[in-house]
Amino acid sequence: MAEGSKASSKVALDPTDLYDTRSMLSDDERMVQDSVARFTDERVLPIIGPCFDEGRFPAELIPEIAELGLLGSSLPTEYGCAGLNAVSYGLICQELERGDSGIRSFVSVQSSLCMYPIYAFGSEEQRQRFLPGMAKGEIIGCFGLTEPHGGSDPGSMKTHAKRDGDDWIINGAKMWITNGGLAHVAIVWAMTEDGIQGFLVERGMKGFVTKDIHRKMSLRASVTSELYFDDVRVPDANRLPNVRGLKGPLSCLTQARYGITWGPIGAAIACYTEVLENTKTRMLFGKPLAATQTVQRRLAEMARRITTAQLLSMQLGRLKDAGTMQPSQVSLAKWNNCRMAIDIARDARDLLGGAGITTEYCPIRHQLNLESVITYEGTETVHELVIGREVTGLNAF
Amino acid sequence: MKILVALKRVVDYQVRVQVKPDGSGVAIDGVKMSINPFDEIALEEALRIRDAGKAEEVIAVTIGPQQAMQQLDSGLAMGANRGILVKTDKAIQPLTAARVLAQLVEKEQPGLVLLGKQAIDDDCNQTPQMLAALLDRPQATFASKVEIDGQSATVTREVDAGLETLSVDLPAVISTDLRLNTPRFIKLPDIMKAKSKPREVIELDSLGVESGDHLSYTRYEPPAQRQKGEMVADVPALVAALQAKGLI
Repeated sequence: MAEGSKASSKVALDPTDLYDTRSMLSDDERMVQDSVARFTDERVLPIIGPCFDEGRFPAELIPEIAELGLLGSSLPTEYGCAGLNAVSYGLICQELERGDSGIRSFVSVQSSLCMYPIYAFGSEEQRQRFLPGMAKGEIIGCFGLTEPHGGSDPGSMKTHAKRDGDDWIINGAKMWITNGGLAHVAIVWAMTEDGIQGFLVERGMKGFVTKDIHRKMSLRASVTSELYFDDVRVPDANRLPNVRGLKGPLSCLTQARYGITWGPIGAAIACYTEVLENTKTRMLFGKPLAATQTVQRRLAEMARRITTAQLLSMQLGRLKDAGTMQPSQVSLAKWNNCRMAIDIARDARDLLGGAGITTEYCPIRHQLNLESVITYEGTETVHELVIGREVTGLNAF
Repeated sequence: MKILVALKRVVDYQVRVQVKPDGSGVAIDGVKMSINPFDEIALEEALRIRDAGKAEEVIAVTIGPQQAMQQLDSGLAMGANRGILVKTDKAIQPLTAARVLAQLVEKEQPGLVLLGKQAIDDDCNQTPQMLAALLDRPQATFASKVEIDGQSATVTREVDAGLETLSVDLPAVISTDLRLNTPRFIKLPDIMKAKSKPREVIELDSLGVESGDHLSYTRYEPPAQRQKGEMVADVPALVAALQAKGLI
């Protein structure tokens, strides 16, 4: 009882922010977080359970997402974007994924995997042609890198592009492509005589078809597709002129992956908040479930791991804004934070008992989503090996 | 026409408020602070009136510490044209707030003052009425609908018996109720754009306003914990239990 009475003699900490990471944010960053949090609370949470059940991406939210400025939020205002910093982008991802990984994935792909390469590697003409429309959500993009044989070894891709006069002829297939079926333009990475290059393949180009992947048990409120290229003729004006080789797609992935370190914090907070409330009020054996040592240890573990993840992503964001962030640092946070979130989602599901198996509660939905999040943008193993290589200097891939 | 909107910095409505252990007040360190929701509705209404072409400028005013600039920033990002922070580290009371606002009204000459019917921290529900009295101008409180027609405003009020509609001559003070509108989301690009909007900081002490802080707060306490109930089998047992407690 001594501990109990001591606890009530001070102001309790915010259980979802034990280290007060919010105090590390600027006023602008707080405003960004609050605005996106409200969007998630009012627009995403009321519909996301049924969307997941039905396997439907809520495309009706796209205009609002765009109007809020969530698409390409880090790119300059001259292209119709918000011009925010990296920490703000992270907070956007976190708050959206508190709703659902599928919504966050939509924004990650559009922003980091499509708008970013057009901005970073495209010609000025390409930027002007695509970025303002993409910021408005009128042009949706997808990112074609992974192929059916697997995503961890993109260097041995089979999709290729052959020069033919002023055009290129692309053949091949891409797999597990978020937003594929929605996309008006696909950023397709293909092998050429000069190494890997990026192409803007537009919907309607002859020989380019997309096919949505069904029977998913994860990211059900998100569109995942296959892309097929059968002698697709693409003008050279649609080639990204300013990058060659694997560093093109990999640098996009570093951008997106940075955001993904933040996203699962949101998913974990959603699960943890729900299970905290549930176990504090659910009475078993004459006392709240949360009054037992076994349950408290599990809740404390969740709090510890969320706090760790928050601090990792915050520092990563500050490094990114300082321009010194290294890809291996992103790997560490992606690995840690996805593992943190999926473990919390699974344990939250378990603590809810039978109720946890329905999508009336969020943990099983987040758990299933996180099976994708821990796999895409570099599997957990790949990121472990990146850190292994960083600390040993030896490549074990 | 100008519209003056008052915004108060308060503990966010989603925060579970905690009383400081020494009972001297409510804990606000590290606590999420926001614009008082009723004031946010007032600002939204002002922006709609302006955007409908019935006003030229919306001025957001807040009275509070330097940190209240955060709420002014939010107001500017929502769309207010400029902001005024009347700076003070003291927690002022409604009469002082009304006197400060009255001075700003004298200076700015707005055609309309819009503010929330009450703040969710102290729930006073006094500032708008006091302001109207100090200005000797009409007031319409608890507005659920506001229509500006030239030199007057038609305001629907939520009263105990239902809805009451009245017409007030402008300039007037209107206090806003919950169902007037739903405030817009702050768009992220507007956060950056709002940086260039004018912000004026006035020290409260420099205004020479007579303090109206006549109440002293002695102690804060959290509401008593609800006692665990007990189940009774039937009505006779209920009656017996109530009698045993001396309640009937």
